[in-house]
Amino acid sequence: MKLERTELSLIGVAVAVAILAQFSPNWLVFTLTLAISTALVVMGVVMLMRAGLVSFGQGLFYCLGGYAVGLGGRFLGITDALMLVGLGVGVTVAISMVLGLLVTRYREIFFAMLSLAFSMILYGVLVKSHDLGSTDGFGVVDWSILGYQPGTGESGTRAALLLALVIALAIALFLNRYFKSSLGLACEAIRENEVRVEYMGISRQQVLYINYVIAAAIGSVGGSMTALTAGHVDPTMAYWTISGEFVFIAILGGTGHVAAPFIAALIFTLVRTYAVELAPNAWQMILGIVLLLIILFLPKGIWSLFTRKRRTAS
Amino acid sequence: MLTVWAILIDGFIYASWLFLVAAGLTVIYGVMRILNMAHGSLYALGAYAAASALGWYYAGGGEQLWMAFAIIAVSAVLIGAVTGLAIERGLLRLMYGRDEILMLIITFAVLLILEDVMKLVWGTTPYFAYQPYAAMGRINIDVLTVSQYDLMVVGVSIVIGVGLWFWLERTRIGKILRSIIHDREVSEAMGVNVRRMFTITFMIGATLGAIAGGVTAPIISVVPGIGIEVIVLAFAVVVTGGLGSILGAAIGAIIVGLARATSIHTMPELELFIIYAVMAAVLVFRPHGLFGQAIARKI
Repeated sequence: MKLERTELSLIGVAVAVAILAQFSPNWLVFTLTLAISTALVVMGVVMLMRAGLVSFGQGLFYCLGGYAVGLGGRFLGITDALMLVGLGVGVTVAISMVLGLLVTRYREIFFAMLSLAFSMILYGVLVKSHDLGSTDGFGVVDWSILGYQPGTGESGTRAALLLALVIALAIALFLNRYFKSSLGLACEAIRENEVRVEYMGISRQQVLYINYVIAAAIGSVGGSMTALTAGHVDPTMAYWTISGEFVFIAILGGTGHVAAPFIAALIFTLVRTYAVELAPNAWQMILGIVLLLIILFLPKGIWSLFTRKRRTAS
Repeated sequence: MLTVWAILIDGFIYASWLFLVAAGLTVIYGVMRILNMAHGSLYALGAYAAASALGWYYAGGGEQLWMAFAIIAVSAVLIGAVTGLAIERGLLRLMYGRDEILMLIITFAVLLILEDVMKLVWGTTPYFAYQPYAAMGRINIDVLTVSQYDLMVVGVSIVIGVGLWFWLERTRIGKILRSIIHDREVSEAMGVNVRRMFTITFMIGATLGAIAGGVTAPIISVVPGIGIEVIVLAFAVVVTGGLGSILGAAIGAIIVGLARATSIHTMPELELFIIYAVMAAVLVFRPHGLFGQAIARKI
C-alpha cells in the first residue's frame, strides 16, 4: 500500500506531537488530549455536513461513548482503555443503527431538530437517574492499557495523549480515504442534488445511513477519550449546547480536509481555557461573534486560508 | 379521579405557557422560513426586563396589581420589538436567501451573543418579581388549589392565540403575509414589499417571545440560562404541531403539556424524556408535524 502525501503528513504531525508532548507542561498535554477528543466528535459532524446535514445532537454519541467508559468500569469491571472505547463504539453503533433508520429520512432543520430531540432524551434520562449521580455525573475508574497502568497524574495524562493520538491518527487516515471513496463522494453528491444521485442508481438512503453510523461511532470514540482524560462524565455531555459547540468547531474548521477539525478544536479548546478565566461572562459572546464572522467572510472555514494561499502561490 | 383532574389542570396551564413561548417561533418560521434559535433569548430578555421593571416599581412603594400588569406588558413589548428590529435589520437582512439550516446556525450565534449580553447587563444573580403572583392568591377547584396567576396565563395565551388568528386571517397585513407564505416570488411580483413584511413579522415574533418571558417572570427566578432551556421546549412544541402553523403550535402545546403533566403525576423521573419522546413519535408518523405541509422535492 502506497501512502500519499496527506497520509504522510498526518503521520508526521502525529509523531511530532507525541515527541513534543514529552517536553510540554502537564496542562498543555491535558488540553491537547481534550482537543483531539473533541476533534473526533467534530469529525462526525463534518461527515454529516459533507452530506448536507447539520446535526444539533451529536452530543448524543459523545455522551454514549463517555458513559460507556464510566459504566463499563463501574459495573462490568473493565479497566482496559481499548476495551472501554470498544464498548462505547459497540453500544453506539447498535443505537445509531436503529436511530439512523429514522433520522436519515429527514433533511435540513428537521434532521437538526430530530437529532437534537434524541440527545435531549438521553440527557433527560441521565439527569433523573440518581444512581448515576444525576446532574453531577460520576468519576471514571483508573484505566489501564494492555496491562500497563499509567495511574493518575502526569504519567496518566501523557498516556492518554498517546492513546488519543494513535486512535485519532487511525481515524484520520481512514476518513481521508473514506472522503475520496465512492461512498464519501456520494455523500457530497447528495448534498448537491439528491434526486440526481438516485437517477445514477445510488441509494441515497443507504449512503446516508452508513455515513450516519460511522459518524456516530467516531463521535462515541471522542466521548470515550474525553471521559478517560477528564476522569469524569456527566449528563451535560448530551445537552444541546454541547452539540452546538461541535457544530461551531466544524464550521470554524470547514469541511475541506481531515486535519481541519483538529486545528479548529485546538484553537477552540485553547481560547476557551483562557477566555473562561479572563472573561467568563463574555465567552459565549466571543463564540457567537466569531461564528457570524466565519459565516460571512470565511464560509469554508479556516482551512480555506491554507488552500487559498497555496493556489495564489502556484 | 383526583389525579386525572390534577393532570388536566396542570396540563392545560403548562400547555398555555408552552403556546405563549412557541407562538412567536412558529409565526417567524411560517412567514420567513427561519427557525429562530434566538427566540429563547428574547424570552429571557422579556423576563429580565419585566423583572427589573417590576422590582423598580415595587421598591418605589407601588402596589397596584393592574399597574404591575401594565408594566410587564410595556417592558416586554418594548424590549422585544427593539431587539427584534435590531436583529432583523442589523443581521438577518444580510443573510436572506441562504439555506434554512445556515439561518438556524446564524440565529444560534445570535443566541450565544444575547446570552452574554444579558449576563453583562443584569449580572448573574437571580431576579425575583413574585409580587403579582403572590398578590393574586389561589382559588380552590374542588380539593385542588390553583394559583390565579396561572389561570391568568391561560387567559393571556388564549387572547394571544385568537389575536394571532385574527391578525393572519382577517386583516389586510395578514392576507399579504399569507400570500408570502404561499409564494414569496409571486407576491413580490404583485407589489408586496416582502422585506418590510419580514421586518414586521420578525418584530411581532420577537415581541411574542418577550411577552412570554415577561408573563413568566413572576413565576420563576430569572437567572442566566432560562432562554437556553426554553428554546428546546419551544422547538419540541412547534415541531410536534407542524412548523409555521398557529393551530399546530396550539395542538402541539396541548399534547406536550398533557404528556408532561401525566408524567409528573405518575412517573416524575420521565418528565424531560416524555416531551422529546412525544416529538420524536409524532415525527416518525408525520415527518412534517401534525399540521405541517410537506415540501416537494427539488430536482
